[in-house]
Amino acid sequence: MENSQNKIRVLIAKAGLDGHDRGAKVVARALRDAGMEVIYTGLRQTPEMITEAALQEDVQIVGLSILSGAHMTLVPKILTMLKKQGLEEVKLFLGGIIPDEDKIELKKLGVDGIYGPGTSTQVIIKDIQKACQ
Amino acid sequence: MSVISPQSVLNGERIAVSRSLTQIENNTAEGLKLLEAFFPHTGKAHLIGVTGAPGTGKSTLVNQLALAYRNPPNHEAPPKVAIIAVDPTSPFTGGALLGDRVRMQDLAGDPGIFIRSMASRGSLGGLAAATAGLVQVFDAAGFEIIIIETVGAGQAEVDIARLAHSTLVIEAPGLGDEIQTIKAGILEIADILVVNKSDKPGSDNTLRALRNMLSLAHPEIEPIMHHGEEMAIEPVENTKPDTGWIPSILPTVATTGEGIPKLIEALTAHHSYLKSSGKWQEREKARLENELDTLLQRALRSRWETKIPPDAYSKILSRVTNRKISPWKAVEELIQGAGL
Repeated sequence: MENSQNKIRVLIAKAGLDGHDRGAKVVARALRDAGMEVIYTGLRQTPEMITEAALQEDVQIVGLSILSGAHMTLVPKILTMLKKQGLEEVKLFLGGIIPDEDKIELKKLGVDGIYGPGTSTQVIIKDIQKACQ
Repeated sequence: MSVISPQSVLNGERIAVSRSLTQIENNTAEGLKLLEAFFPHTGKAHLIGVTGAPGTGKSTLVNQLALAYRNPPNHEAPPKVAIIAVDPTSPFTGGALLGDRVRMQDLAGDPGIFIRSMASRGSLGGLAAATAGLVQVFDAAGFEIIIIETVGAGQAEVDIARLAHSTLVIEAPGLGDEIQTIKAGILEIADILVVNKSDKPGSDNTLRALRNMLSLAHPEIEPIMHHGEEMAIEPVENTKPDTGWIPSILPTVATTGEGIPKLIEALTAHHSYLKSSGKWQEREKARLENELDTLLQRALRSRWETKIPPDAYSKILSRVTNRKISPWKAVEELIQGAGL
């Protein structure tokens, strides 16, 4: 039955102060076309807002877009808050311009996937599907 | 996944509420058990439906309504508010982009508010099949106000009126002429009509057209004059509208909050009207009857699915596509094939 399918639910959030959300929208649209339910939160989300939305929407995946360079401040905060709320099973994916040395650090902290400009949306879709199995 | 304790939902624990919503939305066995446990604790909340065409400002208005409920003027204890926002599922991919939260940013950080986005998952009446179930969860968890925002609706998506106690139909200036207002459908289900974006040009025309429509439906408001003579409009017997409540028509500007206090007043008045007139029980009965019908249909279909040989459906479908057998005859065979 159509209703008993367990859909993948993804929260797409723009964290911090940069206002460029083209990338986030492209990813949101691609995930939608891959059959997922994508909750789009809009611009300038604080870590508190992102955690609250993830809790209320019961998503398996949070996809963050950060282009401001503030990823080393925002991402650890979000990871801590998700754990504090009992959402340690939620997987965190990150998109933006992230230097290689930061990538290593962020993955250690628990980020499941990091994607730079030019990443094929197919790669992101496959990674998310794998993470949800 | 750990099993959800119904008690933690009744205590209003947010993570338990959220996970119950998912189980019920996915129509799982655990979800059914939870609904069973919640049912005796439901029936208390005021269910407010918000519907209207895409782009009329439903989400922005819901944002303002929730804000106003959470900040009552006399510093009374504010009610807990839940919002269920439904957006359409793609008929091609089964995916959905749920964007109503974008307009509800003002509500972040308030523990007395819970927003849940929901995809329609193939339902056509403006809601999803599980919306009524999600309402039960919030009701049991102690949310006193539950606002249900439908898919951007056209003319005939009227399921919300069967679910909600009070239905708001949101219009905006410039969406159509007066003929649109006398068509059957969405305007008939309004308990309160809202003309949002009333700072835009043309809003006077919209307000006037809606007032004219209402005076046709409720000739008792004011006599209808035609060439200087009063026209007698006798409603057809048995179709007399509910004369105890005449829908109010309220202008709002949801982006600034203008008109929202009046809208809350109208909702409170409608709530007391339903309670004092006995209509509340009538609507509850109609709602539960509708729910029972839906459940029965679903149960019959799934029982049929367990009894029919797995390839029978595709075989008959190909005979129908080849025009060997009519769809009506095919249905008969499918039902007989399951021994029903």
